[in-house]
Amino acid sequence: MPLETTSPLPQHRRHGSSAGQPLTRRDGVLKVTGRATYAADNHPDGMLYAVTAVSSIARGRVTALDVEAAKAHPGVVEVLTPANRPPLAHDPDEKMPPFGFRVEVLQDDTVRYVNQPIAIVIAETPEAATEGAALLNPQYEVEPARTGRESGERFDPEVIGIGAPARTAHGDIEAGFAAAVRVTEADYVTPPQYHNAMEPHAVVAQWDGDRVTLDMPNQALALSCASHAAYFGIPAENVLIRSPFLGGGFGSKAILNGPQILAILAARMLDRPVKLALTRAQMYGPVGHRGRTWQKLRLGMDEEGRLTALHHQALCTTSSFDEFLEPAANASLPLYASPAILAEHEGLRLDVGTPGPMRAPGLASGSAALEVAMDEAAEACGMDPLDFRLANYAETEPTTGKPFSSKALRECYAEGAKRFGWSGRPHEPRTMRDESGFLVGWGMGTAVFHCPHFPAEARATLRADGTALVETAGADMGQGAWTALAQIAAEALGLDPDQVELNSGISSLPDGGIAGGSGHTASAGLALHNAGEDAIARLAELATTDPASPLFGAGNIGVVARAGRLHRRDDENRSESYAEILARAGRSDVVGTAKAARDPAVASAHAMYSHGAVFAEVKVDPDLGQIRVARLVGAFAAGRVINPRLVRSQYFGGMIWGASFALHEEAIADRRTGRIMNADLAEYHVPVNADVPSLDAILIPEDDPYVNPIGVKGVGEIGITGTVGAIANAVWHATGVRVRRFPVRVEDLIISREFA
Amino acid sequence: MNRFDYIRPASVPEAVEAAAVPGSTYLAAGTNLLDLMKGGAARPERVIDITRLPGLDRIEWLPDGSVRVGALVRNSDLAYDDRFARTFPAVAEALLSGASAQLRNAATVGGNLMQRTRCAYFHDLASACNRRAPGSGCDAREGENRLHAVLGWSEHCIATHPSDFCVPLVALDAVAEVAGAHGAREIPVDALHVLPGATPEQETALAPGELIVSLRIPAEAAAFARNARYLKLRERTSFAFAVVSVAAALEMEAGAIRKARIALGGIAAKPWRAREAEVSLEGAEANPEAFAKAAEMALAEARPSGDNAFKIELARRIVARALTLALDGTPEAMPALPASPFSTTPGANHAA
Ligand SMILES: Cc1cc2nc3c(=O)[nH]c(=O)nc-3n(C[C@H](O)[C@H](O)[C@H](O)COP(=O)(O)OP(=O)(O)OC[C@H]3O[C@@H](n4cnc5c(N)ncnc54)[C@H](O)[C@@H]3O)c2cc1C
Ligand code: SF4
Repeated sequence: MPLETTSPLPQHRRHGSSAGQPLTRRDGVLKVTGRATYAADNHPDGMLYAVTAVSSIARGRVTALDVEAAKAHPGVVEVLTPANRPPLAHDPDEKMPPFGFRVEVLQDDTVRYVNQPIAIVIAETPEAATEGAALLNPQYEVEPARTGRESGERFDPEVIGIGAPARTAHGDIEAGFAAAVRVTEADYVTPPQYHNAMEPHAVVAQWDGDRVTLDMPNQALALSCASHAAYFGIPAENVLIRSPFLGGGFGSKAILNGPQILAILAARMLDRPVKLALTRAQMYGPVGHRGRTWQKLRLGMDEEGRLTALHHQALCTTSSFDEFLEPAANASLPLYASPAILAEHEGLRLDVGTPGPMRAPGLASGSAALEVAMDEAAEACGMDPLDFRLANYAETEPTTGKPFSSKALRECYAEGAKRFGWSGRPHEPRTMRDESGFLVGWGMGTAVFHCPHFPAEARATLRADGTALVETAGADMGQGAWTALAQIAAEALGLDPDQVELNSGISSLPDGGIAGGSGHTASAGLALHNAGEDAIARLAELATTDPASPLFGAGNIGVVARAGRLHRRDDENRSESYAEILARAGRSDVVGTAKAARDPAVASAHAMYSHGAVFAEVKVDPDLGQIRVARLVGAFAAGRVINPRLVRSQYFGGMIWGASFALHEEAIADRRTGRIMNADLAEYHVPVNADVPSLDAILIPEDDPYVNPIGVKGVGEIGITGTVGAIANAVWHATGVRVRRFPVRVEDLIISREFA
Repeated sequence: MNRFDYIRPASVPEAVEAAAVPGSTYLAAGTNLLDLMKGGAARPERVIDITRLPGLDRIEWLPDGSVRVGALVRNSDLAYDDRFARTFPAVAEALLSGASAQLRNAATVGGNLMQRTRCAYFHDLASACNRRAPGSGCDAREGENRLHAVLGWSEHCIATHPSDFCVPLVALDAVAEVAGAHGAREIPVDALHVLPGATPEQETALAPGELIVSLRIPAEAAAFARNARYLKLRERTSFAFAVVSVAAALEMEAGAIRKARIALGGIAAKPWRAREAEVSLEGAEANPEAFAKAAEMALAEARPSGDNAFKIELARRIVARALTLALDGTPEAMPALPASPFSTTPGANHAA
């Protein structure tokens, strides 16, 4: 793809089709042959193994630990408890800016949730460490666990999510309801869910004096270096994090956690490398989760089915000692036009580990409720659910009136509906059967996700042989950053992706920002893009000022970088290869650098979101109530698509997660003790292949000149939103039973009178 | 995991002798035992690895038409054995509806029979559990028990037996052939798992150290081959234990039912044979009313042990459905989703 280096930097012009190439993952072969090294694959010489002992109570105090028994076990080297835990330079009961959480690192003997670390055992083998932890035989002073709506402590939060206001009001909500001819109101419940990335949280820590190397899966390298440095009282540059691959993160590997800090501390104390890997069960506590919500939605409509008021309230759980709250009600802010919108949050403190961002935080739970509420409102108005949404289409951001940077949602609705075959849908529920007699239902939901942009830096080096090395400390959680980021850089450099080597996943490289908020490709990508343009500009400078170059004197006219050559913009026949330019200049390379961030002026003038529409078909056994999602069709508009293969795979992953949310996923906590009774992948159900037999994701073209100069929005999380509601609505359409509690279970149908 | 002795006997008598020492446990494929050991719910002092015992990995057809299946035959090998699957199709279907392909490739016949309950409180060491720690109480009783037993439970234990395989075995009068310190004996699979009563720690009829060497399915069971199904309701389409399941088999004669077999899974501490319901069908015309009546009878004694009343209604419906499917006839080929409601009706989407 050609690239004009003289165009003013912030506004990069598109060339021809915005669709990138569907390259397969560059790291694919490494992964399928088992040669991709994940954190726990590292085994430095002399390494010890750490295992945390975790609390089995939700609230109280540890009164005794049999440290002697643990230490007497062959192979056990050391046991850290609150009594002998070396000091940390940062108070773990204080939050760490910018969005660090409080952590549990043996600061005292209190227990705040189940699976909290209460000791850490270090041994020569993982077996010995595990048995040592078992031998600690903790004794507790138990206080009653606060596990539910009745026993938890309610509070009015100052902020929700990461720094969002707890209450957002637009217009006069009561006036809105007064103007309504129809009002619908219902309560919705979403369960606690745990990230359950395939790779557990792990770390291999090696100290060398006051420098430490951490092999750990990490979604936010630079930030984590600074935070770990603060805990260990060393400069940030003394922390090296290597995270070339993550076996999934979903938000749970962006925030520091107690077990990893303790393992790093043990390595320093014992002056030997230490490895820790959480067990699956231990991931249900100290590494975040999606908190439970109870939501109430009240919608007012006029005669034409237009919203006059949209009131979304959410009661969201958090821990007893920190504040993260699922910003669920904010799902009602960006999507539907209404003269009055009110989103309100209340907090509920339970004796659980602190929740945190989990793929599509806020929006996953909030959209689940909102999209069902919209379906119920459409039903009340006697309107088709899609027509109802179109009647309430927001031309500008509903609560601010700002224009959208781009919004091809109408096209998403249209293309998705067409591919799905929505137009033949009967209004009435329980009217469709397939040839086998299964009840069939169709439902839909709107998908939306914001487009954050994190500051990021990058470096691009054009080498003597005409190839390039590009560098940024990015994080590939499986989404394909190794591939997509290289493609962006290659485009800026006018090279084939094969000629571009990407160096990423290690904190010593230029800060690649955060792999979160669906903002990584845009953030690190823009930095790479700008670094590439900077390198090309420097190269052009060499050529155009060299009388021996065919490009001499083209400085004002400009050059175009394409296929490893610079071309004079007004005369394509006058060109020179990168290698030739460098050779004649006697240079081994030319280095471009960039720091990239969103232009605050552009940002404040626009509302920026990815959008989509999801259509679901479910089949339900008319007697047994077993539900299966037969088909999912999603159409998404998310700016420019760098790699359609990877993007489609993100949408698929999101939509499957939506099916999981709708029908399967739930952590079951014992209501008396708070212990999670299904903390393993046999009983914590996520979909298997057979659960989603047919998936379709349509990539709707969208040109966004404002979101960032490369026009890229986020695709990683949006697929969950919309899908949950679409499936629940399809279950209603199939059965006539409106289930307002997730996941929808067989008994919700079996015991319902509407179900036969 | 605790430290334990590992013993690998070379013959059945050696194995039985080794297991006579208290604190011993047999290890087959370990897909259940090792999980329990890692979690600490099982802490054997001696692990007797039976996987190298000779002669227990065979499927042997006896002259009278019955079959003897060695205890070490893998679940998938048995399910994919052509003659076995044709003769006892509901058993093959049940096997293939269990766990995942990887697990079935490892899991053994003996291990499947002897797998322990999935009751979460049994696995959670911090919970009171009479089955794991006799006399400690039962935290499931007032706990998260929507999937617990609705038949045969006691105040002391409300756990269910999780095996799919065992459900048609019980329906077909299969027998476990057992070796022990006091010689060999036979135990009907129906009598192998015992109801909890006041001693839930007594999970099976095996005496300590007794080894299941093989399983025998009698020749008479082959008479049901043309009308036999296993149906399993679960919380995802595949790779989940049964919420409720049923094996139903009919022997038809001139449009009427000559014999019927019904057994339920996931509702009691043992696979639950519904004998009275079977009798009600014998000689009856096969029709929805007869099936509904049989379903009613099968669940007549059922009562919820917690938040699980729905399982009773579900079980009734699934019995009636399985009988209907059995009457429709055993499918020519194994459905793509064995035992799933989504595979049992012709024309359903078998895309998975
Ligand atoms: C994730 C998961 C999902 C599963 N889903 C299902 C499912 O849907 N349906 C289902 O039916 N099962 C399911 N299972 C259970 C699976 O079928 C059993 O784990 C397996 O059959 C056990 O066989 P094994 O050879 O591995 O036994 P092991 O784990 O080796 O042994 C299990 C027990 O049997 C004893 N034992 C083994 N062999 C003998 C013998 N010959 N004589 C006496 N005692 C013996 C052992 O001492 C031990 O107590 C699942 C298991 C897992 C892990
Ligand atoms: S139901 Fe049985 S296995 Fe479960 S906790 Fe109670 S006694 Fe233990």
